[in-house]
Amino acid sequence: MKTDELVEMLSIDAKPVARTTLVRTLSLAGAASGIAALVIACVVFGVRADLMEERALTFLFVKLAFTVGIVGLALVYLTKLVRPGGERRTQPFLVALPFLAIIALAAISLGLAPRSHWDTMILGDEWLECLLSVPIIAIVPFAISIWAVRRGAPTDLARTGAVAGLVAGGVSAMAYALHCTDDSLPFVAVWYGGTIALCTLAGAALGPRLLRW
Amino acid sequence: MTSPEIELKVLMLASLNGDAASHRVLLDRLSRHLRAYYKGKLARIGRGAAEAEDLVQEAVLAVHFKRHTYDPLEPLTPWVHAIARYKLIDFLRRNRTSLTDVPIDEADEVMAHDDNLSAESSFDLKRLMQRLPEKTRCSIVAVKLDGQSVAEAAERCGISESGVKVNIHRGLKTLAALIAKETRA
Repeated sequence: MKTDELVEMLSIDAKPVARTTLVRTLSLAGAASGIAALVIACVVFGVRADLMEERALTFLFVKLAFTVGIVGLALVYLTKLVRPGGERRTQPFLVALPFLAIIALAAISLGLAPRSHWDTMILGDEWLECLLSVPIIAIVPFAISIWAVRRGAPTDLARTGAVAGLVAGGVSAMAYALHCTDDSLPFVAVWYGGTIALCTLAGAALGPRLLRW
Repeated sequence: MTSPEIELKVLMLASLNGDAASHRVLLDRLSRHLRAYYKGKLARIGRGAAEAEDLVQEAVLAVHFKRHTYDPLEPLTPWVHAIARYKLIDFLRRNRTSLTDVPIDEADEVMAHDDNLSAESSFDLKRLMQRLPEKTRCSIVAVKLDGQSVAEAAERCGISESGVKVNIHRGLKTLAALIAKETRA
């Protein structure tokens, strides 16, 4: 085929293109991921019984601030990465901020507590459940994020996949927070932070295969 | 070196507004720059003009179908370059060529030269068209290859005018997907 023929054919398909499509798709995907994760978490795991008590609410707030912060920053980063060459114009360090904040808070809280409490503070009652639930809840949000990113044209597939994984892990942990009764900062730092990081790594590994265009 | 950035960006903005003539000129001019870019890159690793033309067409298809990813607040050259380079790296990976053969280049390089000595790509349009659904193929052949108007095409293919447009859009997407598949075979 001659390139002229191709250009000819493509020019019949000229039509106005909305400039906001991409951002709208990603925002919708973010919202859909959040709703999917909440539904799965509520139906499969259920909401914690003591949700309305003060201590539970305080920790729910901490967990939500951490996870929503991650999702927000990751989505902003993602809107850059879905454009060709977007990886050259952004700095990834911003998405590390919520992690650094929670690690600092966890360290302070460990520092203030007697050493004999450290094990329970870090492991909680349900570390295994958290370790398994967050990645499981993240599957549907990950699929939605990947679908949205595929509307774009990322040129750094591993990094874009990683951030899609970060969004999925973030919304998943946010939804899981409604169920989780382990209320300590070191627990949130290790198991929420850890499982979200795991989702990010999985996204980085899958990105080059799922996002090719 | 004068860069065609300003001229091409004007064309791109018009094209995003739906101006078919600008869109066509844009794709045509970009294809020349891409040809020069890919020929230069592939010559260094001993690959021929036909393979360069395959890449030109893959990149032109990407510019067309991914044009909504261009941010009008940014210059056009780096966007085109990122697409061109992505398709080049994809090609090298498919062909198991070591990536170290391609040095990191500046965005301007993609616009530095143009080359209108086009070759035939290895994509066989007639054969690819056979794989499209009948009404889709009919619409594309009528409007593009036989130069009929949309109204004439509608009558010839037995569908509405908007049906012709939808068919053309879908058909081109399918063609792009078929070409992408072919490069991965």
